[in-house]
Amino acid sequence: MSAAFSADDYINQIMRAAEAQTATSPKTEFNRRGFLKVVGLAGGGLVLAFHVGGQNLAFAQDGIKRTADEKKEFAPNAFLRVSPDGSILIYSKGPEIGQGIKTAFPLIIAEELDADWKQVKVEQAPINPAVYGRQSAGGSRSIPTSWDQLRLAGASARAMLIAAAAQEWRVPVEQIRAENSVVIHTGSGRQLTYGALANKAALQPIPDEKSLRLKDRKEYKLLGSRISGVDNRAIVTGQPLFGIDQTLPGLRYAVFEKCPAVGGKVKSANLAEIKKLPGIVDAFVLEGTGKVAEVMPGVAIIATSTWAAFQAKRALKIVWDESEASKDNWHEWIKQAEALAKQTGPETIFSAGDFTKATADAKVVEAFYRYPFVSHTPLEPQNCTAWFRDGRIELWAPTQNPEAGLAAVASTLGLPQEKITIHQTRVGGGFGRRLINDFMCEAAAIAQKVNAPIKLTWTREDDQLHDFYRVGGFHSFKGGIDKSGKLIAWADHFITFTADGQQPTSGGDLRPDEFPAQVLPHVSLTQTKLPLKTPTGPWRAPRSCSIAFAVQSFIHECAVAAGRDHLEFLLSIMGEPRWLKEGDPYALNTARAISVIKLAAEKAGWGKPLPKGRGLGLAFHFSHAGHFAQVAEVSVDTNKKLRVHKVTVAGDIGPIINLSGAENQVEGCVIDGYSTALGLELDIVNGRIQQTNFDTYPILRIPHTPEVAVHFIQSDFPPTGVGEPALPPVAPAIANAIYNATGYRVRTLPLVREGFTV
Amino acid sequence: MQLTINGQQHTVPDSEGSTPLLWVLRDHLGLVGAKYGCGVAQCGACTVHVNGSPVRSCVTPASAVVGQQVTTIEGLAASVGKTDGRLHALQEAWIEHDVAQCGYCQAGQIMSAAALLKNNPKPTDADIDNALAGNLCRCGTYIRIRKAIHAAAARLNERAAS
Repeated sequence: MSAAFSADDYINQIMRAAEAQTATSPKTEFNRRGFLKVVGLAGGGLVLAFHVGGQNLAFAQDGIKRTADEKKEFAPNAFLRVSPDGSILIYSKGPEIGQGIKTAFPLIIAEELDADWKQVKVEQAPINPAVYGRQSAGGSRSIPTSWDQLRLAGASARAMLIAAAAQEWRVPVEQIRAENSVVIHTGSGRQLTYGALANKAALQPIPDEKSLRLKDRKEYKLLGSRISGVDNRAIVTGQPLFGIDQTLPGLRYAVFEKCPAVGGKVKSANLAEIKKLPGIVDAFVLEGTGKVAEVMPGVAIIATSTWAAFQAKRALKIVWDESEASKDNWHEWIKQAEALAKQTGPETIFSAGDFTKATADAKVVEAFYRYPFVSHTPLEPQNCTAWFRDGRIELWAPTQNPEAGLAAVASTLGLPQEKITIHQTRVGGGFGRRLINDFMCEAAAIAQKVNAPIKLTWTREDDQLHDFYRVGGFHSFKGGIDKSGKLIAWADHFITFTADGQQPTSGGDLRPDEFPAQVLPHVSLTQTKLPLKTPTGPWRAPRSCSIAFAVQSFIHECAVAAGRDHLEFLLSIMGEPRWLKEGDPYALNTARAISVIKLAAEKAGWGKPLPKGRGLGLAFHFSHAGHFAQVAEVSVDTNKKLRVHKVTVAGDIGPIINLSGAENQVEGCVIDGYSTALGLELDIVNGRIQQTNFDTYPILRIPHTPEVAVHFIQSDFPPTGVGEPALPPVAPAIANAIYNATGYRVRTLPLVREGFTV
Repeated sequence: MQLTINGQQHTVPDSEGSTPLLWVLRDHLGLVGAKYGCGVAQCGACTVHVNGSPVRSCVTPASAVVGQQVTTIEGLAASVGKTDGRLHALQEAWIEHDVAQCGYCQAGQIMSAAALLKNNPKPTDADIDNALAGNLCRCGTYIRIRKAIHAAAARLNERAAS
């Protein structure tokens, strides 16, 4: 099996790097990365920057030329800046992809700074991981990996402002408190604003990290409240925030046509004809690097406008060499998987106890589940603006992963990373798609051949055809129920895919600790890997987004077979309240699980009488350090017309940073999860994705939107992310509700494949 | 070819007559509030007003709007007399209700909602669903979109009453 254009190595590397930064390690990260250093600011004020090895790395890549004197006294790339006029500028270091981080990160700093939020302005930080640490957005890791770092940045500045006031008033720091950008001498009531203290604060020594007292939750004024997003005004007035909105003097517009079956190469193309079309500047073949995460072979067209480029792209006639291209076929895979379902898999993922012996005199339930490939389909198609000149390249990119983008562009062009500058733009939807920077590499490769800045814009069709898809999969389950009605044994033959013949493809791995394997005595998890060429990648809550549907539906099947109430059955599986790996936020904590399950059930009115054709369905899933339970309320008529009335969500991700943002994420997760479960499926025929626009790929629309009730248990565990973990329970909660409403068991997604309509 | 965009006259080469209004706005006039999402009038991200009615600018040739009043999100507030940085009631409500996630579709959502409120000052949920069914939000902010439209309608009705 050729792995020539597999992206798995690359993606797995990204995911491992992301996951190595666990929620327990950011303090180490903070210490290792560097130390806070105060930098005097031309015009006065307090600036805090992270420095490494005594060199101000904030200068390294911002592309601004400075004199030696300016370098000493001017540092624009700090985390925060307090100006003498009282305004506070906070740089948000991570990509904003719709998860609200551009508001959440500055809120954390502002809280510890005791800043007046009304005086805070937020800007996107330059991409410079040496200064800022982690700058990617993925795995719901932004909050847990940055929590301590950002709190310390805010607390350090606050301590220096207080120290400055102590000096001014000649009083001990213990007698001074701060609130709302003002320091107050407790005894005399004297006050000074942060602005008035900014210059003096800049002269204070950097406080020792250990001397800083971080706030207790009870003292929070900003965190936990509802704060409107910092870019909202620019969004609702149509300002140029996104990658696709970027422009430069003399900009040329580019498109890039690749083989619809991944791996195809350009044999010939009607380039001469294309070059004669109106508005066309150039057209040429790019051989590419042969890596799907960089540049695959194709034809680039350069034009004087996007529309001229789109029109010319339609007129392209390319003969593809498809000898090594994908011939993948979804329907063939379904047949193969159905044939394999009766057996156990040739590879063991996890085994505990003795499944065969345990089920010898138990009631055995069997079922076969399947879910399809789906695309990310962010509403802003992939695009990137790039300008190659004087042996350097600058890119303006809507990426989730600028850190990896630097390396990918360097590899594509054979340039050292110092010669690459990435400007992070706002991102019109991530969902995991833009962790991979193929669009950035393509723009870079095209720009290298054009004597002008270029903006590469993918059409919607390009975006659908060249994704790193959420992998489909199949589960052949057996559950064993003993005479007392207890679930004692669990077997899952997982039928998945491999691109390299070795590892499961990205997003297609079943983990040995996948629930409920780690809480049952007799378990057999096995797998079969079918070969594929279609690129796959992380899709919002990778693995969990699909596996939870199968697992949580089958648990309900077992509850039904045992004749027990689903809520009581699920709680009994959790067993005693315990943390399966003490101190590891990525390990299930059954106490937290039980709490959210009970809360969701209580809030949704579990057990309430319902009319015929109406039902409640329950599901729980733990992923991305978040414990989430959901209850869906649906009605189904005799023609299988479905209405999801309401989804009640209970989640525990620790303390909430921005309540409005967190609730928005949960609402979005529910709607995304329902949208995907209801109607989204990619058909792959001869290596080609068949659903190329919204007419055949029906994202949920407003008339079908359910009510969503969000309840957080704000436990005392450190805060974790919420962009992903609220999604996985949606599909099984709805499927289980359909069963309770109708007695019909959904085992295939999407629901339209089972004959449901809305 | 003369186009009237947000009350201002713009001269666009006649050769762009068949170019969709969306790309004339974005590439020629630098008005990037209307977004490209699908190119086939399926997602609504490109919604603008022509003589007050919502149209999908990605499938509307520029020549078709000669002599018509085109309003984009950039000119929405001014079109209802809100100048000097003041906003349309819908824009205010969008900020207060923190509607956006990625924000890419929201200009189109607001333009569809503005056209709705002009003809229907007290829309029901069903009216909203009907008027905004052509606007996709991939992030799933529909719940807040409904709330914001109701809030803006209530505010406009209060102002009209006082």
